[in-house]
Amino acid sequence: MSEMTIEAEVQNLEKVIAFVEQNTEELDIPPKTQMQISLAVEEVFVNVANYAYAPEKGNVTLNVDVSHDPDKVVITFIDSGIPYNPLEKEDPDVTLPSEERKIGGLGIFLTKKVMGEVTYENKDGNNILKLVKNIG
Amino acid sequence: MTINKLVNGKELIISLAGRLDTTTAPELDEELKESLKEVEDLKFDFANLEYISSAGLRVLLSAQKEMNKKGSMLVRNCSEEIKEIFEVTGFIDILTIE
Repeated sequence: MSEMTIEAEVQNLEKVIAFVEQNTEELDIPPKTQMQISLAVEEVFVNVANYAYAPEKGNVTLNVDVSHDPDKVVITFIDSGIPYNPLEKEDPDVTLPSEERKIGGLGIFLTKKVMGEVTYENKDGNNILKLVKNIG
Repeated sequence: MTINKLVNGKELIISLAGRLDTTTAPELDEELKESLKEVEDLKFDFANLEYISSAGLRVLLSAQKEMNKKGSMLVRNCSEEIKEIFEVTGFIDILTIE
């Protein structure tokens, strides 16, 4: 398992994506799946960066755990910001015409769509969001 | 991400290459704010776009809303990966995809 703690700032997005890519390299993930993982990581990280500590700053810890047979990636985000379960947020209505669609609100919805499993728990004052993706 | 613009009268073709994400989406938003005034026919070429996140979708939706008022908008040459993101978010019905 690899772990990184970094300031939850949008400018650090590239570092976070690179960290996840490096630590999942051994699985030989198809490009489409890689894109889905990056997408989920971006959406969750940006959410933490924008809301967890606002207006203060704080850190987020990422764990990347890779397992084989069946191949699987588990990415966990841990922050000690405002307790918030993003999975309780109502899904946007994706059938509305453009005029009625709200700008935004798609991040967590996309995360749920592209990852096999997304779970949240609040433990010892931490928000723990876990993303699981089966490969292949 | 790189943004290439081609203006032809009231037509604007924007070709994107790279990643349209939280970090780069504001650049596209800025570009559109400056360029769309006289445009009636907006075309996006995504042949070299590798990645899109919700921040990119947000800019596309806002461009679509703007173009609904005064002309048309078209998105072409999307990769399968990007098309799938359009599908799960319902953007496949909002955007005109060629």
